[in-house]
Amino acid sequence: MIRIERRLTQPRWLTFAVPVGSIVVAFGFMTLVLLLTHHRPGHTFVRLFDSGFSGTQSLNATFVSATPLIFTGLCAAIAFRMQLFNIGGEGQLYVGAITGAAAGIALGNHSGWVSIPAMIAAGAVGGAAFALIPALLRAFLSTNEIITSLMLNYVAALVINYLIFDSLSYWRDTSSATAKVFPQGKNLPEAASWPVTHAGSLVLPLGLLIGAVVAALIWILYSRTRFGFEVQVIGDSPRAASYAGMRTRRKILAVMALSGAVAGIGGASQDGDFRHTLDPRGLTAAGYGYAGIVIAALARYNPFAVCLVAFLLGGLQNAGYTLQGADFPSGLVGVMQGLILFCALGGELLVRYRIALARRSRVVEVST
Amino acid sequence: MILAAGGINNSILVVVFASAVVYGTPLLYAALGELLAERSGVLNLGVEGMMLVGAVMGFWGVQRTGSLTLAIAIAALAGGSMALIHAFLVVTLRANQIVSGLALTIFAGAGGLSSYLGNDLNIADQPAKHMFSPFLPKGWQSAEIVGPIFFRQSVLVYASWVCVVLVGLYLARTRPGLNVRAVGESPAAADAMGINVVKYRYLHTIVGGAFAGVGGACFSLSITPQWVDGLTSGAGWIAIALVIFAFWRPTLCLVGAYLFGAFSGIPFTFQARGILSGVPPELFQALPYLMTVLVLVLVSTAGARRRLGAPASLGIPYVREER
Repeated sequence: MIRIERRLTQPRWLTFAVPVGSIVVAFGFMTLVLLLTHHRPGHTFVRLFDSGFSGTQSLNATFVSATPLIFTGLCAAIAFRMQLFNIGGEGQLYVGAITGAAAGIALGNHSGWVSIPAMIAAGAVGGAAFALIPALLRAFLSTNEIITSLMLNYVAALVINYLIFDSLSYWRDTSSATAKVFPQGKNLPEAASWPVTHAGSLVLPLGLLIGAVVAALIWILYSRTRFGFEVQVIGDSPRAASYAGMRTRRKILAVMALSGAVAGIGGASQDGDFRHTLDPRGLTAAGYGYAGIVIAALARYNPFAVCLVAFLLGGLQNAGYTLQGADFPSGLVGVMQGLILFCALGGELLVRYRIALARRSRVVEVST
Repeated sequence: MILAAGGINNSILVVVFASAVVYGTPLLYAALGELLAERSGVLNLGVEGMMLVGAVMGFWGVQRTGSLTLAIAIAALAGGSMALIHAFLVVTLRANQIVSGLALTIFAGAGGLSSYLGNDLNIADQPAKHMFSPFLPKGWQSAEIVGPIFFRQSVLVYASWVCVVLVGLYLARTRPGLNVRAVGESPAAADAMGINVVKYRYLHTIVGGAFAGVGGACFSLSITPQWVDGLTSGAGWIAIALVIFAFWRPTLCLVGAYLFGAFSGIPFTFQARGILSGVPPELFQALPYLMTVLVLVLVSTAGARRRLGAPASLGIPYVREER
């Protein structure tokens, strides 16, 4: 007889063992999917590991994929911790990329010491402002933030397309004849190109380091300050929070703005670190925001775990790009992310509950 | 401009209304399905993913079997099996419904299983072998005003009306329907009455997924009869908003679906006719999304005051030992 009973204490090792176990089980399901669709799982997994994690070249490419995921993962984790489901990381990243690129172009004749911090600030402000739309609606009109923030993702994607493809905006390159026929963004000036750090043969983009710093700051904010404590109380028990006199409405605005700002910096990092232009196609095709939700859930909203999981899923995405083809059909990355998340969600049960195998007679004995 | 060449049936109003019915139909199916699941207390945010899997499998079905009936059945089955994953996670494993629904959209949606299947079954960029098209007598179809709007439609549209009536009657007039509402409002009381909460929640989530699958197939078998990655472009999310807009009532779903259908159809109609061609097309394309936000705002301000319609235990897992 199998019984599911609530755990009174949660052993520490479980919080680590369950995510790892979930990933293992997810790979099991993945094998099944691959077998059912007549692929060779072993072969696929080996190639996946090779092009994601083995060798400096793969690792450097994985850092590139992981950078935006750290930001969107943190964006989701910050808001989800308060049970505020900001699905808008995707759109907030686009807006951050727009405002970040504007700052980069505008400050082209200053040095990097001026233009790079300005890009970061502009990205943060853009992302925060865009996140404030669902936040204000939620705080003052109690409109469901899940759907509004998601709908705004589509709007942001249309805005970024409009700026490059359907208008002669500030961001669009109109200098040459070909650029007028084949629309593309202005190239960012030299000063707006973010530097990289070399560690041995590894190349670390500036965005990656900023992401790690942001993660540390968020950790301090959430575990060492009154603000963070109140956020967690509101998340766990809104009623207790309101009895304790916590101002939920202000927290909603602050947390969403912070969450959007982090995604916005991710957008600015896309401009400065990698793309060096406002690139609508590349940004909208990548789906960084949605992957961020997977990462935050897997990391159980812990900022440091977000960095780690972002690295792992970044490797998966990077491998997905390089391997795309007959062996590795597109869509497989999303399937794997979904499976890992399903397994992590299922594994959550094991953290909160205990599966007890007991004979029926003993159950009776305990209950009497 | 209102009375363009081609008579009243070619006037912009009639065309917009007709496209509202066309684009509203997938929304209606998906919203009805979500309504059933939510009435039993299960919030499923995976509608977009279930619709896409339904769309791709429905399209595969018609290419493979050549039968539209079978294709719809396959789409429903595909949507239902996606919903089964969600039901297992949230009912049996008591997972967070919001995160699980999002996971389902990521797993099944654009860039996930639907793309994988589309790629693997090799059905992209093919014209459909068969599609649902208008079948009523030509005379009816060309009737003034009502012809294009009501009679020049495929069987999917008429079936959706039947579904609205059936779901409405089911929830209001039948024993199992009343039981579902009890489960959604107060699972503990329903359990005490001897209703199997787990069974009801599983069943309605799965049937809800089947509806979403059919809704997705409306795109790939009728509106744009082909498979393209991310074909539904957010319709699943609009359907979720629609359920809130309809205060969890099937008949209001019908009204809402055609309202949002109109917003979804307007960009195409206006573009085809060159109306307001000075306005950037992105503005029209953003219309359904912006209107969804606007309508949600209107509904939530009115609804927050009176708490209209939302099942009391929506989103809350039921654990008998902990009630």
